[in-house]
Amino acid sequence: MYTGLGPRVRWLMSQIFSPSTNPLSKISIVAVALLAGGGGLALWEVNSSPFVSRANYPFEQPVPFSHKHHVAGLGLDCRYCHTTVERSAFAGMPATETCMSCHSMIWTNAPMLEPVRQSWATGKSLEWNRVHDLPGFVYFNHSIHVNKGVGCSECHGPVDQMPLMYQANTLYMTWCLECHRNPEMRVRPRDKVFDMKYKHPENQAELGAKLVAEYKIQKLTDCYTCHR
Amino acid sequence: MRFILLTVGAIALIGCRQDMHDQPRYRLNSASDFWSDGRAARPAVKGTVARGMLKTDAGLYTGKINGRDVLEFPFPITKEVLARGKDRFAIYCTPCHGLTGHGDGMIVTRGLKNPPSYHSEALREAAPGHIFDVITNGSGSMMSYGARIPVKDRWAIVAYIRVLQQSQNVKLAQLTTEEVEKVKASERPAAPEKKAAKKGGSH
Repeated sequence: MYTGLGPRVRWLMSQIFSPSTNPLSKISIVAVALLAGGGGLALWEVNSSPFVSRANYPFEQPVPFSHKHHVAGLGLDCRYCHTTVERSAFAGMPATETCMSCHSMIWTNAPMLEPVRQSWATGKSLEWNRVHDLPGFVYFNHSIHVNKGVGCSECHGPVDQMPLMYQANTLYMTWCLECHRNPEMRVRPRDKVFDMKYKHPENQAELGAKLVAEYKIQKLTDCYTCHR
Repeated sequence: MRFILLTVGAIALIGCRQDMHDQPRYRLNSASDFWSDGRAARPAVKGTVARGMLKTDAGLYTGKINGRDVLEFPFPITKEVLARGKDRFAIYCTPCHGLTGHGDGMIVTRGLKNPPSYHSEALREAAPGHIFDVITNGSGSMMSYGARIPVKDRWAIVAYIRVLQQSQNVKLAQLTTEEVEKVKASERPAAPEKKAAKKGGSH
């Protein structure tokens, strides 16, 4: 037997794992696969959770404005406050003047409206917290959606039932594309766009296809439709 | 080997940054700590006129010419304009004035005072320019709607208010025989309008 090797090399060539660890190596093959899959799944879950997407939890606001009260309760149209939704990219946040159109006469001493009165008196803006916060690399235009028969509630959910505003959908690209690929499943007649109670009829596919043709709705799925 | 690991790790870390997501630019109505009023949107310098926005047509933009209410609409009132007026009226005016303009909108049920009815002699006689001016600048406890409703829509609303006034003040002699028959056939001639007004008030 050749014994010219030093003790260090002999140690290196000895067996590291004893035969009793053989089952472990087999188990570890499965375990690694499971862990990788599980880890992926966990990441997916976290990514689609409200923690990341911000969907489904109400935001703190300087004034606890209730869409439920003003829309379902009082019957105000969306456009009474969001005045530019039909003609600009931005739906429009109401000026303090809009609030004061009524609240200079009613609930004039309500503590929760103090910031509104302060804003009116000083001319400083109310600082609302943005609920629907699209990434900076996304171009979105309200007016084209509204004018092509996409209802408010399609994206914003049952706003007339929200005491505090929350985001009803993830606003993820996959969510946008779902409709951009199949608009006929989501469009409604133009005169129903601001109807918060609107339910799609059973023959939506049929009606949708008709509206898509009538309103000349394109299936815009090019990258540059939104990323420009 | 170590180099590759570090590179991959560094790339992974970069992937977590949100620079593209939260870009250092202002969006509409953003706050700004640069300007003293805290707003990113800057008020136009006095006297600035945006391209195509020179408001030389005083009658169209103010409802007044030489300080006097204009007596005629600044553009032809078509069926489309009336339909637009009806639509805009429903959004912006009905909460207070009611669907028929009797001043019985939703706010009355919430404890606010009735706004004046459109169906008074004075308002029936009022010039279109006067109504336009009230919408634009407000009047009494009514706030200005000039910033909320574009100018042509305001005129369309004025036109629709004229329709409402007409609808509540028709003399029997003005109707055709057919229409008179219709009126006689129904026991309560104003029933459909009344119903509409009630609907507006029950919100």
